[in-house]
Amino acid sequence: MPILKTKKAVDGLSSGQVLKMLATDPGSVSDVQSWSKRTENTLIDHSEDGGVYSFLIQKK
Amino acid sequence: MGEKRAKRMALIASKGTLDWAYPPFILASTAVAMEMEVAVFFTFYGLTLLKKRITAKVAPQTNPAMPMKMPFGPKGFQEVEWPMPNMLMGNMPGFETMATSLMKETFKKKGVATIEELREICLESGAKLIGCQMTMDVFGFSQVDFVEGVDIGGAATFLEFAADSDIQLFI
Repeated sequence: MPILKTKKAVDGLSSGQVLKMLATDPGSVSDVQSWSKRTENTLIDHSEDGGVYSFLIQKK
Repeated sequence: MGEKRAKRMALIASKGTLDWAYPPFILASTAVAMEMEVAVFFTFYGLTLLKKRITAKVAPQTNPAMPMKMPFGPKGFQEVEWPMPNMLMGNMPGFETMATSLMKETFKKKGVATIEELREICLESGAKLIGCQMTMDVFGFSQVDFVEGVDIGGAATFLEFAADSDIQLFI
């Protein structure tokens, strides 16, 4: 679900805008990197705090 | 030269039990989210996954080895892994129904979408879901039994798409 929701959210952005996404799914760390690479959006940063994974994704 | 075409994934979904229903819809919805073109060909028991109301049950017999945890009760209890003795699975009436309820409850607790939700996401995002004409004839299904947005085709329809695809999987 994190990837599906991320895609939807990023689709709603304009080029250059940045999305902050929070997920509790540990698999999302690898998935978001793969997704960003495949869709050529930029994963600016990601971190984790107490089981919540946080991602900053910039729309291409 | 020309523009690179998008990656393509061609899946065949041939099974209709709940445990086999998730893989094609998870793969298809994720692939579309990754901007791939997707076609899923539903044949044999997979056809039942296109019905308006999905009544797929878990088939515990296809899981002879993996112990399962219960999705209810106190925390310690939920950590216990229960082996599934083959004798029970085959002979206990109602086991399949119970296993299905438990599986659905487990998925709900972990925040996994239902099959219907995933299918809707697939349809909304442009994944092609194709019902196998031949199986439909043999089993007596017709397009009206299916959810809206499903195409109908035969093996050649699938193969034409698959021939020019990057990922091909049989489920």
